[in-house]
Amino acid sequence: MSETARAGDWVEIKNIVMQPEERATNIPEETRRVPLELRLKGFLLADATIGDEVEIETIIGRRVRGELIQVNPEFQHDFGRPVPELLTIGRELRQRLERGKRDDG
Amino acid sequence: MADLSYQAVMARKNEIMKKSIGVDYSEFELTPLAFDYERMMQKAGYSLNEIRRIQTEMSVGNTPLIELRNITEIVRQTADPGKGARIFIKDEAANPSGSFKVRRASVSCYHAQQHGYPGVVAATSGNYGAAVASQAAARGLKCIIVQEVFDSRGIGQPEILEKGRKCEAYGAEVRQLSVGPELFYMLLRLLEETGYFNASLYTPFGIAGIETLGYELAEQVRGRTGRFPDVVVVTHAGGGNLTGTARGLRKAGATETKVIGASVDLSGLHMASDIDFNRKSFTTGHTGFGVPFATWPDRADVPRNAARPLRYMDRYVTVTQGEVFYTTEMLAQLEGLERGPAGNTSLAAALSLAREMERDQILVVQETEYTGAGKHPTAQLTFARANGIEIRRGDPDQSVPGKSIIIPERPEQFQAKDFSLDNLRKSLVKNALAHARLTELSEVDIRFLMDETRESREWVQRVVAELTEHQLS
Repeated sequence: MSETARAGDWVEIKNIVMQPEERATNIPEETRRVPLELRLKGFLLADATIGDEVEIETIIGRRVRGELIQVNPEFQHDFGRPVPELLTIGRELRQRLERGKRDDG
Repeated sequence: MADLSYQAVMARKNEIMKKSIGVDYSEFELTPLAFDYERMMQKAGYSLNEIRRIQTEMSVGNTPLIELRNITEIVRQTADPGKGARIFIKDEAANPSGSFKVRRASVSCYHAQQHGYPGVVAATSGNYGAAVASQAAARGLKCIIVQEVFDSRGIGQPEILEKGRKCEAYGAEVRQLSVGPELFYMLLRLLEETGYFNASLYTPFGIAGIETLGYELAEQVRGRTGRFPDVVVVTHAGGGNLTGTARGLRKAGATETKVIGASVDLSGLHMASDIDFNRKSFTTGHTGFGVPFATWPDRADVPRNAARPLRYMDRYVTVTQGEVFYTTEMLAQLEGLERGPAGNTSLAAALSLAREMERDQILVVQETEYTGAGKHPTAQLTFARANGIEIRRGDPDQSVPGKSIIIPERPEQFQAKDFSLDNLRKSLVKNALAHARLTELSEVDIRFLMDETRESREWVQRVVAELTEHQLS
């Protein structure tokens, strides 16, 4: 991850929306202990370094301030690993279908 | 400048809602407890013909109805002689944005454009976000989606991360929040700040948008088989899918068709818990939404929720996470349809429901959803394992939400569990009384509760008496 970002870079910022003491009262203790955080992506308006307080313009043109946390943030979700517990299901079911056909015939 | 504290923004809720939806809900209120549901649907919604026109223009709906011949055969192998209904599935993944949710979004965005709103906002971590973003893109409206994505460590469910990416792909501003119900506060702040339309899931137009789904499937089944379906199984979360589909079935004349709601059992997990958040593998279609929204629909982001599932539900069942993952694999490998897991909740329930039905009967599973990185059994189970969830083959009945996911060993182990409708209906009455702060009911209130619960006058009176007695003692 690059430490510095230039104006115009696609970046991600983070913001505290509510401190723990400001949070709703009717929520579980473990949630009330932590702040409510917002993450948002947009184009950086001026050169900055990770951790700086910056301003971005979102994809629809709105300006929002926050802490710069990532430059050109990666999509990190994927297909994961093959799951052994699922791998044989197709084969098991196919065998049942074929057995059913044989019994009918 | 307006006070942006939580309390101050929440106190402006009604005023913000009125401006951002353009519906004056007070006009439908009858008493502190009752309101005129049908009048709200007629006056604030759209007719079925108008919706068909809007949806056709945007290529929404008219999705294929596919007979699942191999799955039906497997079910019959597990059934008593003569049993095992024919199973059909409505391939809603074929819609723009990849789910039935676009039926709702198409009407919301049409309405927003007609009324001159410059943009739309929706608070949702589900497929609805992508649906709104896609329709907004096609109509040239600006779009903001607010999602609950991360726990306090900044770790997000792969399924929601994918849904966020898809919203971005359609050009939406995606506001990703950590766990907490204050998502609603963020929604209100954005609506106030932008003057955009609140594309809530629960408006009369949003729900009316789903009526075409029920209508279409009734027509398709009749066209193919000469009769209406005996049973339609609907994945139930917020209640809109079930409400809209059931209303559409009735409008098509399929008044005898039974509507069964199905949710993934996540009992024991708290939906607002920072710890439980990443211990579940389903972020929608589960009991954490299904039960609270059935028993108190007006908890939604609009004053009166147009999704009122207990008015339409003939039966409510739950399935386990493991059964749904197995079913998703089955659909891909036996029918050649690779679809997202959450949308297969109703199909998982259908496997045991069809087993109880006669061979000449017809069961329709009314949705599928798109699949992709993150929204896939391998992605979701890899994530679950990394979060300490035990995954193994075995009897799904032994699974504990948040601790284990048990993938069935064979289809005979599938068994949807009945959730008592009587208990849900009693909870609804209890919530209605508590919110209206009433202990005595007028004739209008009693009639309203009869409609809400589909129960008799005697039943309502008995339950109210029990509840007020309990309160006094």
